[in-house]
Amino acid sequence: MNAIGGEPVDLDCAIAVAAAVPDPELPFLTVSDLGILRAVTLDGDVVVAEVSPTYSGCPAVAVIEQAILEALQQAGFQVRVQRVMSPPWTTDWITPDGRAKLLANGIAPPSNKSTGAHAVEIKPLLFARTSVACPLCESTLTQKISEFGSTPCKAQYRCDNCGEPFDYFKCL
Amino acid sequence: MAAIESQALVASVVQLADDHLILGHRLSEWCGHAPMLEEDLSMPNMALDLIGQARNLYSYAAELEGNNRSEDDLAYLRTDREYRNCLLVERPNTDFAHAMLRQLYFAAFMQPYWQAVLDGKDSVLRGVAGKAIKEVGYHIRHAGEWVVRLGDGTDESARRMNAAVDALHPYTEELFVVDADRQYCIDNNVLPDPQSVRTLWQDTINAVFSQALIEVPEVTYPLVGGREGRHTEDFGFLLADLQYMQRTYPGAQW
Repeated sequence: MNAIGGEPVDLDCAIAVAAAVPDPELPFLTVSDLGILRAVTLDGDVVVAEVSPTYSGCPAVAVIEQAILEALQQAGFQVRVQRVMSPPWTTDWITPDGRAKLLANGIAPPSNKSTGAHAVEIKPLLFARTSVACPLCESTLTQKISEFGSTPCKAQYRCDNCGEPFDYFKCL
Repeated sequence: MAAIESQALVASVVQLADDHLILGHRLSEWCGHAPMLEEDLSMPNMALDLIGQARNLYSYAAELEGNNRSEDDLAYLRTDREYRNCLLVERPNTDFAHAMLRQLYFAAFMQPYWQAVLDGKDSVLRGVAGKAIKEVGYHIRHAGEWVVRLGDGTDESARRMNAAVDALHPYTEELFVVDADRQYCIDNNVLPDPQSVRTLWQDTINAVFSQALIEVPEVTYPLVGGREGRHTEDFGFLLADLQYMQRTYPGAQW
């Protein structure tokens, strides 16, 4: 599998291994679903995995990088994991598959397209309302409880139709 | 990169990082003490954003410096006079009104500032800015909405918000202070001039204050000094708390 003995490195296999690594906070999503795995390339015989953080202070970043490193090492590759800051990760990069998995796990996916650097639409400046559909009953009669939730990427909402509280994956 | 430019850039990046670390620390002090559960989550969340931004900046400064100092050395092992954060971010929490107003003042400044950093020529800083600008948008909205609720709330909440404005507004002038190192970075198009975002900052503050029924005070005597390493008494207590672990157990990791 790796270059020992002169065999070429199987890049397709490395890509598949890296892409299948789960997110530690949202284990039903892979790093590929989230769009934080930017590229898997070869530098000589070394597999280089490029990863972007979701939030500047996301505590899961180091864990994710370590998990990708270990997964590739266990598959027999020589590995380097690189952190890529620019262009910044955006929730637009969550794949359609990733959005479906969020919904299936009771988390409303980001409702708006993020527009480049101005991802957070501040119009109006204050008390803007984002229409978020309840992931359980699909009602749009929901209200924001707090812009900040159990992880940096989530906000807390409540559905006024079915009464259930739920997480909303914020646009970034 | 020429030595002088490198030194000026390191100093300016550390200064920017200090603002974020110290405000992040002040916010983290609310963990477990906020007036309601949602705020108990919100303030550490914002603290995490700020400390993450600080970390990105410190690690870049450490890399530029090339002096075997790590991001942790910069964050935890300097003396009070070596920190160059503005005084606003070190002011004590006092009450929820002070905390939210302080957050608004800083976030309303940083959002246009990060936006301007995106036009500079330093690709690492552009990367940090691209991430931070979206995060700080949430901070403006969160803090701004609370300033309105409290300013246009009960007699007691309005009294407290107005007291916070009286106490903190004189510190906002220091957001726009430029020292020689920052001026060098401005002249070389690495960092923007804080003065260039003053109007945008003022527009945000005016918009929030008008909804909050607060008058924007005239600053007759700006309170400055942090950019030169002259801090308020409260800063020593903050550093004692922040640095305790690294001072007591040097090199401790977990």
